[in-house]
Amino acid sequence: MTDIAHLAELVLAQDKRALARAITIIENGLDGARELMARIYPETGGAHVVGVTGAPGVGKSTAVDGLAQEFRRRGQRVGVLAVDPSSPFSGGAILGDRIRMQQGSLDPGVFIRSLASRGASGGLCMCCGDAVRLLEAAGYGVVIIETVGAGQGEVEIMRYAHTTLVVVVPGMGDEVQAIKAGILEIGDVFLVNKADLPGVDRLVRDLEMMLDLKPESPWRPPVLTAVAREGTGMAEATDAIERHAAHLRASGGLEGKRALQAEAELMDLVGGRLLAAVAARARERGAWGRACARIAGHTSDPYTEAERLLRRYAAEIAAPRRRAPQREAARRASAGSARQPPGPTKRPRGGRGRQRP
Amino acid sequence: MERRIRVLVAKPGLDGHDRGAKVVARAFRDAGFEVVYTGLHQTAEQVVEAAVQEDVDVVGLSILSGAHGTLVPRVIRLLRERGMDDVAVLVGGIIPRDDVAALKQAGVAEVFGPGTSTETIVEYVRGLKAGK
Repeated sequence: MTDIAHLAELVLAQDKRALARAITIIENGLDGARELMARIYPETGGAHVVGVTGAPGVGKSTAVDGLAQEFRRRGQRVGVLAVDPSSPFSGGAILGDRIRMQQGSLDPGVFIRSLASRGASGGLCMCCGDAVRLLEAAGYGVVIIETVGAGQGEVEIMRYAHTTLVVVVPGMGDEVQAIKAGILEIGDVFLVNKADLPGVDRLVRDLEMMLDLKPESPWRPPVLTAVAREGTGMAEATDAIERHAAHLRASGGLEGKRALQAEAELMDLVGGRLLAAVAARARERGAWGRACARIAGHTSDPYTEAERLLRRYAAEIAAPRRRAPQREAARRASAGSARQPPGPTKRPRGGRGRQRP
Repeated sequence: MERRIRVLVAKPGLDGHDRGAKVVARAFRDAGFEVVYTGLHQTAEQVVEAAVQEDVDVVGLSILSGAHGTLVPRVIRLLRERGMDDVAVLVGGIIPRDDVAALKQAGVAEVFGPGTSTETIVEYVRGLKAGK
């Protein structure tokens, strides 16, 4: 059995060390990452994924700790992904969300992994989707993703979460702030944390007013209050998340989310691989550098250069060059096949044999 | 994709002084490492559980309380029990020179006492990874 096959088995058997190592492999794109994901994928799709987002300092981590405890009380195993920003200068990061999650630190039914954003915009990290799948494969029925301290533009969490919890605190702006686009639009549940501070009632009213302005929808996001540090409001927040989960299942919204997620994931992977392949070949031949120089010197424009690179190198990926006859014969001889005649072989179009799209 | 060195900076035991640990954590971040900081008052079990879940390369224990003789061997034993044999354990804080040999005997890779420059510690950790 290969190492990866063994690792996958351990992950499915809920071994925590194996799960942690597996996350490292996919986070860094190490050898075996693709095989690992292929092996565990059939066992995924079963968790309810909760996204927790909000500005820095509003109490996301503390709230996540409280939610995890509450889900545990309700018999769920909980996986947590806590994302913190990487330094744009050094590429390093301080991952400090775990500090607020002490209650779950020794609970065998809780797994907490801190991840650095590594330059990804949107409030998350590139490996988030795969990390969620690994947690699912390891049997965690609830997966909570905590984004970096996000402002108004980091709405990436929508891609991964079934239920998005937006955490806000009083004293951070007036009602105009509340109706601006961004994370306030993506909330399925709103949590006004630090509800022991002044301005709570006003904020709740502003949020309700903002929600009143939205078009009618079968799900009206509840606006809840909490003091996460004291543990109050967590049971109600968990109730709301469970109600939303039930709503998604009943309304077919869950299938819709799954379809969108699959589409986005495929686009990312195909796009990423294509770009990497084109760029690698172009760089190899110096064409990439020359194109950049032309654009920077304004002797050409980015659209023309991109078109040129794609025409030249994308075509190469789609139809790999045929092997030379002598090499082909030698290859067959060493592979032990005597039946095939030597000569140029015709490769099936599309690279992987005839498969229906 | 570049694999980053992951370090756990932990404050085991009862001592409540973490400025040094935070200074080192920042130095690690500026050196390009990903640092998981556990916060204060961690038991050996909590430190090791975090090390396992975060799949770190290095565990840095900051101890100013004098309890290193008890805490450090316990952390190392638990790490070994969980199969984390290739994790390097570093100790910092207030460690009498006379105790360093015993700590290394117990499995500590290196002890960094007061006055050590952060550059020294960063270079040491980089050297560990390079050697792997």
